[in-house]
Amino acid sequence: MATEEASRHGAERVSALHLKLGALSGVVKEALQFSYDIACQGTSLEGSRLIIEDVPVVIHCPNCDEDRTVESIQHLQCDLCGELSAEVRQGRELQVVALELEKIEEFVS
Amino acid sequence: MSSEPRMVEVRQNVLKQNDLLARALRERFRAAGVLVVSMVSTPGAGKTALLEQTLTRLRNSGLRVAALVGDLATENDARRLARSEAPVRQIVTGTICHLDAQMVERALVDWSLDELDILFIENVGNLVCPSSYDLGEQLRLVLMSVTEGEDKPLKYPTIFNTADVAVITKMDLADAVEFDLRAARENIQAVRPGMKILELSTKTGKGSCEFLELLNSHREQGIATNPANVDGQLSTYVETAIP
Repeated sequence: MATEEASRHGAERVSALHLKLGALSGVVKEALQFSYDIACQGTSLEGSRLIIEDVPVVIHCPNCDEDRTVESIQHLQCDLCGELSAEVRQGRELQVVALELEKIEEFVS
Repeated sequence: MSSEPRMVEVRQNVLKQNDLLARALRERFRAAGVLVVSMVSTPGAGKTALLEQTLTRLRNSGLRVAALVGDLATENDARRLARSEAPVRQIVTGTICHLDAQMVERALVDWSLDELDILFIENVGNLVCPSSYDLGEQLRLVLMSVTEGEDKPLKYPTIFNTADVAVITKMDLADAVEFDLRAARENIQAVRPGMKILELSTKTGKGSCEFLELLNSHREQGIATNPANVDGQLSTYVETAIP
């Protein structure tokens, strides 16, 4: 996906990939960081940086009628009133947000 | 010499291809009037045992049922399930630890869904990766057996969060392993508030009626909301954009 986007924008090299990673995405940040370099080998992303933005889980508390960030994905509970809520508003993201692109220009002496 | 890097906005889900395919599958299942139920659990929690029993019972009650079963290797599960005489197909994933929408689509290529009432998809035994992959199912069951301990939901909150119903299996062994049912229920509710929980034993038959009722009510619900069966009414299924 990233290589397609890069070539669509006429870029030859991707220097960084910005990714949103939700706490409930099912993906472990460390594993992703580890495998990223390997996955990029031989593509226009080779040598690029993976910049991960952690996205916490936000539930909607039906009691307070407000969105609340939860501390732990093991407890989807409103930190104010203690109500449990299954209405997850945020935190499932595994999304490429942006790319930093470079076009290698001809060397002019 | 490189020019200054420039930033372009992308905003695309990494699993977009899977999400789109799963959505198309869900639409196909709905149009064919088949309820698709997937099962996830650790290896050995009792997915195949429950499925074998369920396929047999549903077939005996006159429903047309079938199953897809995912494993890294061997066709043992398909052979076991074939004893129910329902159509069963094994998906051998090789080294892949989960099923994805494309594997499901490929496995269904020559099946006519119109001739089925309920299709089961047994995922590879794994509580981690299957949570990220939508298979187009309408109902996802997560199984945990009493021998695994009551804290399983806290260790794997993501998979419990993506599932619709929790099934606690091997209840006949609960006393022997001093399973704390109350704690297990609390843990499930903490990671997936409001989740329906069934207690089951394929050995004693505990909970099996409730399980069959659950499947039936979901099947009837599906038929009731299918626009093909409800004149002039729109589907309750709401289309939202996949980023």
